[in-house]
Amino acid sequence: MSKIRVLVGTKKGAFILTSDGKRQKWTVNGPHFAGWEMYHLKGSPADPDRIYASQTSGWFGQVIQRSDDGGKTWATPDGAPVPTPGEFPKGASNKFVYEGDVGTHKWYDGTQHPWEFKRVWHLEPSLTDPDTVYAGVEDAAIFKTTDGGKTWHELSSLRKAKGSLWQPGAGGMAVHTILLDPKNADRIYIAISAAGAFRTDDGGKTWRPINKGLKSPYELPDPDAEVGHCVHRIAMHPSRPGVLFMQKHWDVLRSDNAGDMWTDVGGNLPSDFGFPIDVHAHEPETVYVVPIKSDSEHFPPDGKLRVYRSRTGGNEWEALTKGLPQKDCYVNILRDAMAVDSLEPCGVYFGTTGGQVYGSADSGDTWKAIVRDLPAVYSVEVQTLP
Amino acid sequence: MIRVVLPYHLRTLARVDGEVQVEVQSPPTLCAVLDALEARYPALRGTIRDHGTLKRRPFVRFFACKEDLSLEPPETKLPDAVVEGTEPFLIVGAMAGG
Repeated sequence: MSKIRVLVGTKKGAFILTSDGKRQKWTVNGPHFAGWEMYHLKGSPADPDRIYASQTSGWFGQVIQRSDDGGKTWATPDGAPVPTPGEFPKGASNKFVYEGDVGTHKWYDGTQHPWEFKRVWHLEPSLTDPDTVYAGVEDAAIFKTTDGGKTWHELSSLRKAKGSLWQPGAGGMAVHTILLDPKNADRIYIAISAAGAFRTDDGGKTWRPINKGLKSPYELPDPDAEVGHCVHRIAMHPSRPGVLFMQKHWDVLRSDNAGDMWTDVGGNLPSDFGFPIDVHAHEPETVYVVPIKSDSEHFPPDGKLRVYRSRTGGNEWEALTKGLPQKDCYVNILRDAMAVDSLEPCGVYFGTTGGQVYGSADSGDTWKAIVRDLPAVYSVEVQTLP
Repeated sequence: MIRVVLPYHLRTLARVDGEVQVEVQSPPTLCAVLDALEARYPALRGTIRDHGTLKRRPFVRFFACKEDLSLEPPETKLPDAVVEGTEPFLIVGAMAGG
């Protein structure tokens, strides 16, 4: 029988939730890296026991961890071997150094500010090679490893896509979304808070903004600007990598041409502000969002935690409430904290800033808290195992 | 040998308990003790000093012999008591809370 492994990154450590294919009884394992901020954990599609984790600290900076046994044991990818006398210590698995002239982006006060590495927000392992991983970092840039995380190099041309005009929002300026096209290895989509969405069609050699159709009248002086939009998340179904769904700061949108043009599909949502968005594993037109009241009040409207599902690729949305708190709920769901499994029926999972991880084994019709009292959840990823 | 006391999270990362001891090249400076520590425990590279600039991370402090050495330049010689091993060199996570 299949198994499910849910990888949860929280403000104070990582947790691994496991269940059999029925998804009713869960085992909670952790905390791993207790006390550290765990921005993201993700397993390799090519080798599910290979898991990468971003471990960060306001005191001690960035650490990359890797497990080769499904999360039972972890090590920094360089193995932190003791160097022989005279040998320069390796220890470069957390070395994220911008390539070339570091350049500047726009700062909060409108002046230009040099790029400064802060942390890894998102790790996206290659679909085919367990040793290849992309890292989305703050300040916004994308790095790549091809040696299992031992060393990283920047795909620096991303910052040439009008990077001097990017400006951090209140949450910083990070590459938080990386989507790899399963049908075209040279095509990658990324998204950056307060800069927008970008695409490469040549494996990262060149990038261009894909923000036409986005409108940000309350965030930007030019609502239709080419860059500067606060994209919160984009998602795709692997069978249709040219169709994208986006949760922007405000607005839920879709593109049917790989991001060349976006159209608003917020329809009847009670609020089109939110953070995560995801697509059903077997139904490419079934999309999930969690509406949040506003950019000023980061909690669900009316204190009711509702996932909204569209079976029509947007515009028509239904509230999914069974098993979710329908009063006095004031948590947030962060952008990387929703994921789906690939069982039948599709499982949907999300984590909250209140420390709950909710799961649905029936495509969202009913929900159950897998665990209730974790630290604030930053990220949720799901692995469907044989 | 110079005795170094690491904060909890860095002990975990380096997989050590209690104090560690490192052989430091002469002259025994702040920079030299950090070089030796990172050579002995590569997992600590980038966690005390920035990888690129080698600047001390803002919330990491260096104490020794009841003195705060955090703001001293890297070439500052360590106190004699630290060099002789009678006092430890402390790497401390700055207080933060509310």
